Amino acid sequence: MKPTRNMTEATSPMDASLCAPLLALLGGAAVWLVVGLALGLIAGIKFHAPEFLSACPLLTYGRVVPAANDAVLYGFCIPAALGVMLWIFARLGRMPLALPLVPVVAANLWHLGVLLGIVEILLGNSTGHTWLEFPRAAAVLLFTAFMLMAISAAATFGWRRERSLYPSHWFLFAALLWFPWIYSTANLFLLSNTPPRGVVQPVIGWWFANNLVFIWLALAGIGTAFYLLPKLAGRPLAGSGHARFAFLTLIFFGTWCGIPAGAPVPAWLPAASAVAALLILVPLVAIAGMVIKTVRGAGVSCLGGPFCFIKFGVAGFVLSGVLYSASFCPQFSRVLEFTWFGVAQTQLQLLGFFAMVMFGAAYEILPRAMGVALPFPKLVRLHFWIFVPGIALFVVPLFIAAVEQGRQWPDAGVAFADANHAALKYLRISTAGQLLIFLGALLFASNLFVMAIRWKLARLKSLMAAIKAPLPDAEAKP
Amino acid sequence: MKNGFALFLATVVALGTSWCGLVLVPMLQLGGEKLAPILNSTATWPQPRTGEATLGLQVYRANGCAACHTMQVRQDGIAVEVLLTSLGSAGSEDFKEFVQSLFFLPELEKITNALAANLQDWNGALPKVLLTTDRKTVADEMVQRINAAGVKSEVRIVATGADMARGWGVRRSVAADFLYDNPVQLGSLRAGPDLANIGVREPDLNWQLSHLYAPKSVMPNSMMPSFRYLFTIRKMAGVPSPDALKLKGEFAPAAESEIVPAAEAKELAAYLSSLRANAPLYEAPFTPTQP
Repeated sequence: MKPTRNMTEATSPMDASLCAPLLALLGGAAVWLVVGLALGLIAGIKFHAPEFLSACPLLTYGRVVPAANDAVLYGFCIPAALGVMLWIFARLGRMPLALPLVPVVAANLWHLGVLLGIVEILLGNSTGHTWLEFPRAAAVLLFTAFMLMAISAAATFGWRRERSLYPSHWFLFAALLWFPWIYSTANLFLLSNTPPRGVVQPVIGWWFANNLVFIWLALAGIGTAFYLLPKLAGRPLAGSGHARFAFLTLIFFGTWCGIPAGAPVPAWLPAASAVAALLILVPLVAIAGMVIKTVRGAGVSCLGGPFCFIKFGVAGFVLSGVLYSASFCPQFSRVLEFTWFGVAQTQLQLLGFFAMVMFGAAYEILPRAMGVALPFPKLVRLHFWIFVPGIALFVVPLFIAAVEQGRQWPDAGVAFADANHAALKYLRISTAGQLLIFLGALLFASNLFVMAIRWKLARLKSLMAAIKAPLPDAEAKP
Repeated sequence: MKNGFALFLATVVALGTSWCGLVLVPMLQLGGEKLAPILNSTATWPQPRTGEATLGLQVYRANGCAACHTMQVRQDGIAVEVLLTSLGSAGSEDFKEFVQSLFFLPELEKITNALAANLQDWNGALPKVLLTTDRKTVADEMVQRINAAGVKSEVRIVATGADMARGWGVRRSVAADFLYDNPVQLGSLRAGPDLANIGVREPDLNWQLSHLYAPKSVMPNSMMPSFRYLFTIRKMAGVPSPDALKLKGEFAPAAESEIVPAAEAKELAAYLSSLRANAPLYEAPFTPTQP
């Protein structure tokens, strides 16, 4: 099945069913993106002036950083992806969203969970496990919200009228199964009253982080790109056979990555991850090839619209994946482990790949679902041209800083603090990139908020009109 | 994948295998890990922490110290060195001559250049590392020959690598080091130094507290933010508190007032002092320095 443009008119029952869930998921996501990037900016400024806000325990570096990362990942990436997933399932299945009220409730529960988690981290109640910092109560809220959302998504998937499966289905359906499994495993083991002893904790943490930050985001982001890129390019996805190959190799190999080469664990664990990391180059090449074939010569001009966002996002994915793969190779990891490399790769994955795909998807699907144009269409282009240099300016200096650290650390004659000072100027440049990214996120949020407010006002107006309308004669008579 | 069931099956199998491999098997292999015997000793590792230090781990967690500090010492390999501890009745020049007479032994042939360069500028100071090699037989041969001549020397096993050279540890970190930790916070970024043996490097609690309050007071080019919210600045009531920080110069408190650590600061300092990964284990052997 080939998705084509303008499949349905804007005011179809399908779109009507998706309006409220999309606004709840994407609107909240936009808020968390702004919050997360603002927290990240505070963390970045501390490398210019370590004493900046240091008297405030809530905003100490070690609390702001996990709060910022979790706000972007749990607050923005996951709900945005779920919104886009609901839309794609409805569209590909040619039916309205099943149980449309459930995702709205779930979205609010989810955002409440994120709020609770972030506040707890800032108050010093983080669990101490990377990417799992949210304490139990927040984790329960997130899990419940995801399961509710999954019910609606799975029902839409199961009751689809168009029975044949499109490649996007595979990726998005796998993402739907993936999250509850990894999130429950990690939380039940690590946050229980009797957690496993010793280094089993970080092993489970690494397994979870890899499956969430690399695999889950890849499944959701590439699934979205495989739906929207052909649609925007106006031609079918090139090489659907390769898509199956890419999907299976990604989930079978990618899920074994995650254990760093130097970890103090039995050597077979990092060795298994290193082999898997080499093998994920296979799906990366397949995905890159398919996307290049699909978009090349499509005749769609790239001026900063949704098409550009998603194209850039996929390029970011391939680059981030190659760097991720390299980070498990013992030769590179000896030099780059514990440097800024890991941070740079993660931010490239979150912002350079995933956020870009989600921006493109939001700009494309929201006007269709709502049946109105974006309030500030020019800001979309501005957003793109701020965000792209922002990411480059954020991530590239961090990679240079990592290489600088990796070059100097092996020489014990250079004091550690001096070696890190040499990397400091690059960190400071990267703050400029963070600022641009933050401004870009504000532009994104402004478009979404104005849209949401207008939609709510229109709903209110029609409600008021219905209340004020004179009763029909038949009912007015006693 | 033509239908939803095949898709479901593929996903479950993919994630299920990795769940078994990276969650279940590590739990079975490491979850029941026992205290490790320390080599050439009846003691076990890790040694238990004091109650204060155990609370300090939670202060470490709450303030996200692991965002900037790792607790993973990396090791390149292992080397064998010959350490000269006593010359007996011989003088250092006599000893040099004696060592040169050994150069013609076929076993020591490959190391004569290194040995000669090592001894050239030696003024007789002890203890002296005579030889560092990766072949234990060579070191054993050497020790046997020179001990026979009346000097005292020993073969020592040392871990090598940049982290060891920086004094961040005497061996790599191993799984047993973290048995008493919950949560285990290995860290993944070294914006600051590794802390696996910070308790050996800086055993002074007052140093730790001053560093937490004003990092630049003890490390002039530190990038660490101050944790002054773990301290109270108060008016001195007659006698100064025994806990008060002894800070000098620009970091000193105003006259008649003192800086006292809150309970959390003391716990954190106690925890940091308890980090002393310095016991030789079967999986990470080395010869400890005799006190």
